[in-house]
Amino acid sequence: MADVLVCIKRVPDLGGEIRLTNDAMSVDDSSLGHTVSPHEECAVELAIQVAKDTDGRATVLTVGSSEAVEQLRNALALGCTGAVLVEADASAYGPADVATVIADVVRSQEQAGTTYDLVLLGSDASDTGDFQVGVRLSYLLDRPVVAGVSTLSVEGERVTARGSGPDGGTEIYDVPLPAVLTVMEGGIEPRYPSIPGRMKAKKVSIDEVTPAHQPAGTGRVRLKLPPAQPSEVTVLGEGADAAAAVVDLFEKLGVAR
Amino acid sequence: MILVLVETDDGGAAEVSRETMTFARGLGEEMVALVVGDGVPGLVDQLGEYGAARVLHADGDAFTSYAAAAWAAAVVAAAGEASVVMAAGTTRGNEVMAHVACRLGVAMAANVVAVDSTEPLVVSRQVLGGSALEEMRLGDAVAVLTVAGHACEARPADGGTSPVVQPLDVAVPDTDLRARVVRSEPGEPDESGSLKSARVVVGAGRGAGSADGFKDLLELTELLGGALGVSRVVTSLGWRPHHEQVGQTGSRISPDLYVACGISGAIQHWAGCQSAKTILAINTDPDAPMVTKAHYAVIGDLHEVVPAINEELRRRRG
Ligand SMILES: Cc1cc2nc3c(=O)[nH]c(=O)nc-3n(C[C@H](O)[C@H](O)[C@H](O)COP(=O)(O)OP(=O)(O)OC[C@H]3O[C@@H](n4cnc5c(N)ncnc54)[C@H](O)[C@@H]3O)c2cc1C
Ligand SMILES: Nc1ncnc2c1ncn2[C@@H]1O[C@H](COP(=O)(O)O)[C@@H](O)[C@H]1O
Repeated sequence: MADVLVCIKRVPDLGGEIRLTNDAMSVDDSSLGHTVSPHEECAVELAIQVAKDTDGRATVLTVGSSEAVEQLRNALALGCTGAVLVEADASAYGPADVATVIADVVRSQEQAGTTYDLVLLGSDASDTGDFQVGVRLSYLLDRPVVAGVSTLSVEGERVTARGSGPDGGTEIYDVPLPAVLTVMEGGIEPRYPSIPGRMKAKKVSIDEVTPAHQPAGTGRVRLKLPPAQPSEVTVLGEGADAAAAVVDLFEKLGVAR
Repeated sequence: MILVLVETDDGGAAEVSRETMTFARGLGEEMVALVVGDGVPGLVDQLGEYGAARVLHADGDAFTSYAAAAWAAAVVAAAGEASVVMAAGTTRGNEVMAHVACRLGVAMAANVVAVDSTEPLVVSRQVLGGSALEEMRLGDAVAVLTVAGHACEARPADGGTSPVVQPLDVAVPDTDLRARVVRSEPGEPDESGSLKSARVVVGAGRGAGSADGFKDLLELTELLGGALGVSRVVTSLGWRPHHEQVGQTGSRISPDLYVACGISGAIQHWAGCQSAKTILAINTDPDAPMVTKAHYAVIGDLHEVVPAINEELRRRRG
């Protein structure tokens, strides 16, 4: 029976173009939908699979505004059975701050009798790309950590995890629980939510936590975008009739062989 | 002193690590290279060519297979008076440096592309999957960072050095070996390697329509001697395997030609294909971002356009 905690972050779903706020400190997400990183989608899927395989539980956690309940509910609809919202302004939190408040939740759950055998995170948040929260959390909890795993299985008191190595091969870890793992997309296909899943998710009560921690911050000075390029596209034609012009282009580029 | 953790491959220092050393030299301080585990022939000379004043070597039982915490122990042992400690922004580089930052109790900047100022230290680093940069202040006594791939071109130093190699004594407690590679398996010969090095990539997105919609696209790929790359929609629908994915959470490609068929050009996909020298978009929507950002476009249904291109290629070859 494994208790799994999986950590996700609400981020803007960017579409085709990024716009910044006037102070250049964040992405203007006023007209955007929100999502979580594909790595975290895979972490949620793995958490649910481990919970199913071991007759355990998968709990989803986010540090963010009350709007992040949307992302928690999505994870509940997929099969997580508990959810924690650490209500905070995530943009004021650096990776060390996020790790600190997650560690606080893990410790207070431990005092209440629940040990999370496995904490899963994404390898990197899709907005800040810090590559740190999982490792920092492992130091705060004094647990082993592996970064960038794509599949895993829990067997008794140990977890076997696989990730890709620098030479393109697969590296296999065998780690004692409790452990922290960060997940990279690629090993599994996340499931889609079912309608009964969505109905059930609406009824789960979300555990709200107010952090005691004063964030140290991110060090961000400002964001910068590459200069916008005016479109310089040459339209070669429409439909099948464009084939000759396309092959002319291939020949010009020397790729037609 | 600037300490660079060097990753190696069959050719010596990995290209990303040579880029990182080139980047480090630009900071104008003495550069020291750290090698962990078995060296490779010719490595020390190569590190000298890239300007390493000294080479520190951590070797022994703790380093026979990879354990990030043990590597971090080596970096911390080597850091001494370093003002900056860096590695390449690879999975390993980012993992080890995160451990190092925890051990030194400092911040870390991942995927840095430039140093903007030194007093205080402000770096620019890739965020949003490489579609934007963040200026970040690093206020600690020692700066820990990783350097993004292709942030600079790997260039040997003018007048290299003949560095001395100093064995590095590292105490690695058992707790640093709790998470360690116990086994590795070689990769499938063709997985994503050919995609990253292909001169021509034929890209396919949701417009392919179904798992059966790739026949003509694969034929075009073959006619051009290229590789197939796909969008995340295609992999998450299970139409094609993940190792073919291009983008923020897939491969970064830089072919001479990218033929993007039925791909809208979302920012996360663009992050992976923007380095292509020439982009040809084939799309039914003339306003799709992939079309407006491309060099060339054909407006139309890929299921009509691609077979016509294949036929024309075959016809001209006779
Ligand atoms: C953090 C994060 C990371 C991500 N990482 C990646 C990544 O690594 N790679 C990636 O690709 N995506 C990634 N995504 C997803 C990305 O945002 C887009 O959802 C995805 O790229 C869209 O794929 P698509 O272009 O195939 O589909 P769509 O956006 O649905 O576009 C389909 C396009 O095909 C055209 N079309 C339809 N039918 C035809 C036809 N018959 N002939 C020609 N054209 C046709 C349409 O006009 C449209 O432009 C990521 C998302 C997030 C949030
Ligand atoms: N605000 C947050 N709330 C919950 N989890 C987070 C948050 N920020 C980061 N994480 C987790 O930590 C991972 C790595 O983030 P980072 O180190 O910031 O790149 C993410 O993929 C998430 O799983």
